[in-house]
Formats: sequence, structure tokens, C-alpha cells
Amino acid sequence: MLISPAVPIAVENIDTDQIIPARFLKATTREGFGDNLFRDWRYDGNNNPIADFPLNNPAYSGKILVAGKNFGCGSSREHAAWAIYDYGFRVVVSSFFADIFKNNALNNAVLPVVVSDQFLNELLETIQRDPKTEVTVDLENQFISFNGKKESFQINAYKKTCLMNGYDDIDYLLSLNTEIKAYDTAHA
Amino acid sequence: MSQQKTIFEKIWDNHVVKRADGYPDAVFIDRHFIHEVTSPQAFDGLRKRGIGVFNTKRTTATADHNVPTKDQHLPIKEALSRHQVETLRKNCAEFGVELYDLGHPFQGIVHIIGPELGLTLPGMTIVCGDSHTSTHGAFGNVAFGIGTSEVEQVLATQCILQYKPKTMKIEINGKLGKGVVSKDIILYIISKISASGATGYFVEYAGDAIRSLSMEARMTICNMSIEMGARGGLIAPDETTFNYIKGRKFAPQGEAFDKAVEEWKKLKTDEGAKYDTVLTFDAADIAPMITYGTNPGMGMKVTDRIPTANELKELNEQVSFKKSLDYMGLEQGSQLLGKAIDYVFIGSCTNARIEDLREVAAMVKGKKKAAGVEVWVVPGSKQVQEQAKKEGLDKIFEAAGFELREPGCSACLGMNEDKIPAGKYCISTSNRNFEGRQGPKSRTFLASPLSAAAAAITGKVTDVREF
Ligand code: SF4
Repeated sequence: MLISPAVPIAVENIDTDQIIPARFLKATTREGFGDNLFRDWRYDGNNNPIADFPLNNPAYSGKILVAGKNFGCGSSREHAAWAIYDYGFRVVVSSFFADIFKNNALNNAVLPVVVSDQFLNELLETIQRDPKTEVTVDLENQFISFNGKKESFQINAYKKTCLMNGYDDIDYLLSLNTEIKAYDTAHA
Repeated sequence: MSQQKTIFEKIWDNHVVKRADGYPDAVFIDRHFIHEVTSPQAFDGLRKRGIGVFNTKRTTATADHNVPTKDQHLPIKEALSRHQVETLRKNCAEFGVELYDLGHPFQGIVHIIGPELGLTLPGMTIVCGDSHTSTHGAFGNVAFGIGTSEVEQVLATQCILQYKPKTMKIEINGKLGKGVVSKDIILYIISKISASGATGYFVEYAGDAIRSLSMEARMTICNMSIEMGARGGLIAPDETTFNYIKGRKFAPQGEAFDKAVEEWKKLKTDEGAKYDTVLTFDAADIAPMITYGTNPGMGMKVTDRIPTANELKELNEQVSFKKSLDYMGLEQGSQLLGKAIDYVFIGSCTNARIEDLREVAAMVKGKKKAAGVEVWVVPGSKQVQEQAKKEGLDKIFEAAGFELREPGCSACLGMNEDKIPAGKYCISTSNRNFEGRQGPKSRTFLASPLSAAAAAITGKVTDVREF
């Protein structure tokens, strides 16, 4: 269970080019992308922080990012999930996620929490009014709550087990080696 | 009794190696394409686990995203880009993966070279660490983009763990109007259903307007499936498909080809098979399209005016809409027609095949670009570049003041030095108009190669039907 204040970015259709612009994809490791998370919204052309962007607002903090509908659309770059993780977020809350981003997040210990539009709007407004608001995300019991408001969320049972136990898909697939080899040979 | 299935379901079910309770399907992958940007961490993963590539014959690599489009024979100037391409070289050599490196006659944008080499075939499952893998679906296969952890999965096991997406059919019937090409069809569909309208779905495009298209035009449509959120998009194969594949380098040859065609002919949706969603559009409604905003769903007919915030269906969208127009420096309710542009980019996996270059050349032959406009034509592959030269298209471009570059992703994503400067307007044949996509603070209008070519000559947003 995670209890933390949250950072609101009340913009819809945040694509992965905004989360991590292409010119920062040149690294060959998974670390360090957090510095360039939302680079062009965070810094101006002279690398000065843009004051009104939430990540630059000292009032906001925490491990939960709350964003508008259709979060993570666009490019399949997993660097987006790495950047979010590297920056310190462990949960992203939105009313809708793009498919590839959702998979990438789950593969990198970032939990995408889908809530209703109404819950999302209330959450965004509440944090904007009071940045200290504590948000609770309970993976095991699949609910999110703040100020006495509560909503349950869906997560696939397999992915939930992986997240809670730190398994990954490759471990499972490697266990199918014999079946896969047989398929490969039969379809060569 | 056999159950009626869609073509998507047939291909998917055919590739399920294991379906276990409580697990996603383990789906076998026939063809895996890799490139320099999304693969290094995956190879590192293999090294950490001490395992190799499951089947190198099913894996093909190229360098495309990060490569210069000038002087490719020289070492890459930018240190980080060079390092990334060198890492790909090292990884491919170490793990035994075939690499079409810079200078190789088969090098090019990953989604252009697969089809042109006959590596992309009907009935296959195809993945790549790149969202526009949907392009390959034009041949009647299940092709989709994946993240780097999944690239590692496929390298390690030739399988991917996935839940089966829902199915959607998009049917376009009727005849296309003058000046309307496949790019307009897909921009039109996305403008109707939004940038997230097909999320969670795998799309099948059908209808006689789709059937009438060439393979290259079909690829343009499937390419942009991801821009409406779809997992992928496919078109059932037909004679057009088989004719395109015949004789290609890695396609089955001779008798093997004939036998393959017999199998491929079975790849169609059974009569009575059910889709989760069906959408139908009339080809006659489609006009040359252009985008005005910062996601591909923000598109309109080139003669329309930009909507106003009050006209939006959902109040929620108003903030994002205004932010988007601010970024683009455009007024609500205004027209784009006649708007001056600074750059023209003809390239990307959406529209940088030989037919695209031919169409552009035919339009600009004997004409000259407008003063002050810079025009880059970046072929999708080495083969496209060579073919263009063979046909003398390079001479036509040169005379028009267009620069024919060397192949790569280029200004589609501005990872190399081909960036549109801040505040400048670029009419682009690529697939994404996101903020900063073509360079920090660049402004993109997505359109067809025809519309881009016309704008290059007039220097402004132009209706090709009046050109
Ligand atoms: S051309 Fe653009 S969209 Fe296509 S693979 Fe390259 S970067 Fe991606």
C-alpha cells in the first residue's frame, strides 16, 4: 500500500514524446531518464525551469502522478516508463491509458491506476487546492482513496501477482522453452 | 462445429503456444525487427541472464532512428548517436543477429525494409520495439509495437505474453475523390474517432475503397493505426498483396511461393464472424486532410476551419485544446488554407516509399519551390533512394530545389540533426504532430505527400484539387 501526496498534470493526451523527448533517448542503459522527464514542459529553451509546471512547483511532491485522459499515447518507447520510475513515481492515475504505455509501466514497477472521469476530476481539483492531500493506493485490495472518497480499480490478476512479487514475464516464458521450441520447429 | 473467426483471430490463435488459466497468451513471434534506440537495454538483459537470442533467423536489425541523412559513409558526428549505433553493431555481432547497417544496400526505416525485402508476409506475427510496427499489417498479418522489456522477452523466447485485444472493423466504401490519397483516408478516420478511439482494439480495414489501394498505400493506412490508439491494423491479403510479394528477396520463391499463396488465400474473415465494434465510412466524404493541433486526431479537411473550444463535445477537452492551439500559434475558428509554411518534410515510415516519391516528383516536375521554404525529401530506405535515382527523380527534385537525402527516420522524430527550428511551421508526411516531435517548439501540419508537394511549390497550405 502506498500513501503519498500526488503531483497533478491536468492535461489530456500526454504523449510519450512529452514524457521523454526523442533527443533524450540516446542512452543505452535504463537509468538517468528522470532528469529529462517532461523536459520541454519543465524547462524553457535556455534550460531555466518553467515556474508554473507542477514538477517545478515546490508545493507538489510524492510518488503519485495524476494526469488527464489518454496518458502515454504515441511512441512505444519504454524510456517513458523508465523516466517516470527514475524520477520517483510509482503510480500514475488517469481515466485512460494507451495500451503500450500501460504494458511498459507494469513491466517497470509503475502501477497505472484507471479511475472514472469524475473521480479523476475531483482528485485533480483537490490536489490543486491542497497539495498536501494524501492519496492512498492499495494494490492488494485494488482501491484508491483520498479525503474519504474511494474508488476501486481493475488490474489483471497475473500482472498483480508479478508486481507484488517482483516476477517478470521472461521467467514464465523461459519455463515454456520446450513448447516454444516445438512450435518453432513445426513452423520453420 | 467450427466457430466463425476474423482474420485477426485466426492468425492470433494459430500462434498461441500456451494458453493457461490466469496467464496472458504466450504468442509465438515469426518475425522480430530491431533498431538502435529500443534494443540496447534488451540485449543487456540477455547478458545479465546469461542467455542468447532464441532464433537469430527470425530477427533482423537496422539502424534508422538516429542516423544522419547526409554523408552516411562518414562516422556519425554526434557522440551519443554514434555510441547507440555502435552498440547495435556490437550487440548484433555478439548475438549473431543480421544487421543492415549504414551503407548496406538493405538499410532503411525498419517498417520500410521489412516489406520491400519480403521479410513481411501474410499470416505472420511481427513485432518491433516501435509503435509503427502496425505498418506490416497491410500484408494481412498481426504486427504490433512493443516496449524494450518485451523486446528482451522476444529475443529470449521468441514469444510474447499478451492478452488478446478486442477487434474492430473499419470499412470504407465507395470511390475516392480527386486529390484524395490513402494518407487522407487515415487522417480522416482518426479525426472522426480521435487519437484514443481504437485503444484496446486490433483493427481490420475493409471495403472497396481499401481494396482499390496499392500495397504502399495500404501500408500508409496501417502505419497510422497506432495514432488512434489501436494495437495494430491489418488488411486481408489479396492478389495485390501476392503480386507485391512475388520475387522479393526473402519471400518464398517458385513452387514454394505458389504453395504459400494457396495458404494466404485462406486468410480472411469468415462470413458471420463477429467484431467487437464496426465503423463504416463513405469514401466520397473524404477530402484532402490536414492536422491543426498537437495530436493526430486534431485533423480536418484542408478547406475547413479550425473548430472553436465551444464546439468541442466535452468540456474537459477545452484546456488541452487551447494549450494545443497556443502551441501551434493558431486561432480558433480560423482557416489553414493559405497559411505560410517554412519547411516541408517528405519522409518517414508513413510516406517515404517509392510511390510517394514518384507522386511528389510528378507534381513538382518543371516547377520550383517557393522562396524561403526548405524542402527535405528523405527516402525510407537505401533501395528507395537507389530506385529514385534510377528513375531520375533526384534530378526532378534537384531542379525544384528539393534536397534528396539519405535514408532514415530524420525529421519524423528529430533524433538526429534534422530538426525543425522552434516556432517554424512544417508540413510533414510523417505520422505525429506532437509538441516538439520534429524539434523543440517545432510546429507540424500532417498531410499527404501530394499536399506537402503542393505546399512546397506555393509556400503555403494548399488544396491539391486547386493546384
Ligand atoms: S519514421 Fe518516424 S514513426 Fe517511423 S519508425 Fe522512424 S521515427 Fe518511428
